[in-house]
Amino acid sequence: MNAPKTLFDKIWGDHVISQTNKNQYLLYIDRHLVHEVTSPQAFEGLKLNKRKVRKPELTLGVADHNVPTTLRDQGINSIKDKIAKLQVETLEKNLSDNNIKYIPLTSKNQGIVHIIGPEQGFTIPGTTIVCGDSHTSTHGAFGSLAFGIGTSEVEHVLATQTLVQTKPKNMRITINGKIKKNVTSKDIILKVISEIGTAAGTGHVIEFSGSTILDMTMEERMTLCNMSIEAGAKAGLIAPDNKTFDYLYGLPFAPKEKNWELAIEYWKKLVTDKDAIFDQEFSFNIEELKPFVTWGTSPENGIAINEKIPDPKEYNNLEKRQSIEKSLNYMGLKAGDSLKNISIQKVFIGSCTNGRIEDLRAAANYIQGKKVSHNVQALVVPGSGLVKKQAEAEGIKEIFLEAGFEWRDPGCSMCLGMNPDQLAFGERCASTSNRNFEGRQGRGGRTHLVSPITAAASAIKGFFVDVTEENL
Amino acid sequence: MKKFTILKGIAAVMPDINIDTDAIIPKQFLKTIHRKGLGKSLFYNERYTEGYNKNVDFILNKDPWSNSSIIIAGENFGCGSSREHAPWALLDFGIKCIISNSFADIFFNNSIKNGLLLIKLNKKEIQILSELAMKKESFTVDLINQKILVKNNDVNFNVDPIIKDRLIHGYDDIEITLKNKQLIVDYENNKKKFHIWKNIVDEKQ
Repeated sequence: MNAPKTLFDKIWGDHVISQTNKNQYLLYIDRHLVHEVTSPQAFEGLKLNKRKVRKPELTLGVADHNVPTTLRDQGINSIKDKIAKLQVETLEKNLSDNNIKYIPLTSKNQGIVHIIGPEQGFTIPGTTIVCGDSHTSTHGAFGSLAFGIGTSEVEHVLATQTLVQTKPKNMRITINGKIKKNVTSKDIILKVISEIGTAAGTGHVIEFSGSTILDMTMEERMTLCNMSIEAGAKAGLIAPDNKTFDYLYGLPFAPKEKNWELAIEYWKKLVTDKDAIFDQEFSFNIEELKPFVTWGTSPENGIAINEKIPDPKEYNNLEKRQSIEKSLNYMGLKAGDSLKNISIQKVFIGSCTNGRIEDLRAAANYIQGKKVSHNVQALVVPGSGLVKKQAEAEGIKEIFLEAGFEWRDPGCSMCLGMNPDQLAFGERCASTSNRNFEGRQGRGGRTHLVSPITAAASAIKGFFVDVTEENL
Repeated sequence: MKKFTILKGIAAVMPDINIDTDAIIPKQFLKTIHRKGLGKSLFYNERYTEGYNKNVDFILNKDPWSNSSIIIAGENFGCGSSREHAPWALLDFGIKCIISNSFADIFFNNSIKNGLLLIKLNKKEIQILSELAMKKESFTVDLINQKILVKNNDVNFNVDPIIKDRLIHGYDDIEITLKNKQLIVDYENNKKKFHIWKNIVDEKQ
C-alpha cells in the first residue's frame, strides 16, 4: 500500500512534470490569472526574447489594482492618472496581441482577480493556479494549489505553462467549534495569525480542516485561505466537498456535462488520507472567539476587541519589543489601552478578503436603518461587477446609501491605495482588507484590520465596537 | 541576468523585523511598465520626508551608506505583497546582496531570479557583521567560495547549489525549462487523456 498522502501531496504529485534537482520540480500550471500591475514587464520580456505564450487559453486577464472606483461606465477613460492608464492600456494590448481572454473594465464580470476566478468557474479543485499577486492563496478554498508569483515567474508561466518550484512542506491548522453570532472567518484568521505569527507558514502549504471549516460557506473559506499568505504560507488549502461542487456547477469556465461527472469523480478523491503526516500542526477551538481587531502594523498584531493593547515591556525579545514600540508609535496608540474607544475617520468594506456578497449582506444587515457617524467617511467597494449587481438586486445598495456609505465600482481600491482611494496622513481606518503595513492605505494612514460586520458597526458609532455585545 | 561572483562594498544595517515589500517600494511606484528607474523611490516612505526631500536620519541617506551594495536586515525581510518591483528597486539603487536571519518566500524567489543574492545567517553572525558594518568597514561577498570577508573576519554561508550555479552564470530560467520542452508536451498529452475535465471550454464573456 502507498504511504498516506496529504491533500497537498496529491495535487502536487499530479502536476510534477519532472524533478529538476534535489527537492526542486518542474510543475505544470493549469490556470493563470494576470492583472495590470505585475504583468507588463513579463510580456516585455517575452517580446525581447521572441517567445510566444504557450497556452493562451489557460490564462485570463483583468484590470483591478489601479482602477478608480467611480465613473466605470467610461471604461478606461475613467482613469485620470496617465501612468495608471498606460498600465491598463498595456495590459489590454498585451492580452489582445497574445490571444488571451480579457474581462474589460466595462464588463459586468470585471472585478478583483481573486473574486472573478471563482465566480467564473476558472478556479476549480485539483488544479494549480498562479497569479502575480500574493493573495492568490484565496483560490485554495476550492482545493486547488494556488499561490502568488513574481513577474519573472509570470513570464515563465506564459512562455512554458510551467514553473520550477521547491516542494513546500505540509502544515495543518485544525479549527473546531461553532462561532458566536457576528464572529466571522476574518476574525478566525486574524486570531490564527496573532498566535502563530507572520513567518510561521514560510515554506509551507497550510491545509485548514476541522468542524468549523466544514460548516463554512465557500466565501468564508475564501476569506480564510486569502490571508494564509499573511501567515507567511505559500498557499492555503481546503478539501473540496459538496459545497464546493454546488458553488461551481454551471459557472462559465467550470467543466460541463460528461466532463463535470469526470471532474467530480476526481475531486472527491482530493482529501488528506488518514494517518498522513504533517510537518507542523496547530489547532484552535473558536467557540469563545471574540471579534478581532489589529492594533499594529503587522497582521500578527491582532487582539480580541475586549482585550488591551499589549505592552512592549512584556516581551523579552528585543527585536519584537522594538517592533511593537515602533508600531504603536506609528499607530498613535498606547500600551494597555482598549481599542473600543478609539475613534476612526474612514471605513473600507471591500477587497479580495472581504468584498463578496455575503460580506456585504452581513455588513448591511447590521446597519439597516442606521446612519454613519458624521466624523466618518465610509466606502463600500464590491469585489466584482457580479457582486455589485447582486447587492443591488437584493436592496443592499440602498441600505448602504441610506446609511451614508459611498457605493463604488469594483476593484482593489483602498486595500492598497494604488488608485485615488487612500487614507490621508494620520487618518485611522477600520478596513476589511488584509494588510496593515505602514503606509499601505496611504502615507501615514493607520489601518486596523477587521471583519465587515465590525467595520460597518464601527462606521455607525465612529469608534470600534464589539459586535457580539453591543446592540446598535 | 547579470552574473554574480564577487561583490565588494559597504553594508547598511536595517535591523527592523518584518520589513515588507510595501516599505521597500510603496504602491504609487507600481504603475510603471518597466523594470528600471525604481531605485530613486526605494524605501520611499522612510527615505524621504515629502516629495524627494531626504530624511537625514535614514541610513541610506548617510555617507558612506548612501553607496551601499549590501543590506543587513532584521528577520522575515520582504514579507507581504508579491511585487517583483521590490528586488528591481533594490537592484536599481545598487543593492546586490541582502543578509538576514530569514526571508519571505515570494521575495526570495523574485530576488534570485533577478540576480540579487540573499544570504541567511544566524543571529550571532548577523550581530558581528552589523557591528562591522556600522564601523563602515568594507565587505567582500565571495559567492564562489561562499564567504563574507570583513577586516579579519571570515563568515561562511550556505547557498543552494542550484541557486549558486544560476547566479554565477546568470542563467535564464525560461531557457533552461524550454530545453525540456518535450517533457512538457508529453505531460500535456497525457493529461488530456486522464484529466479531460481540465480543458477550458471557451464560453464568450
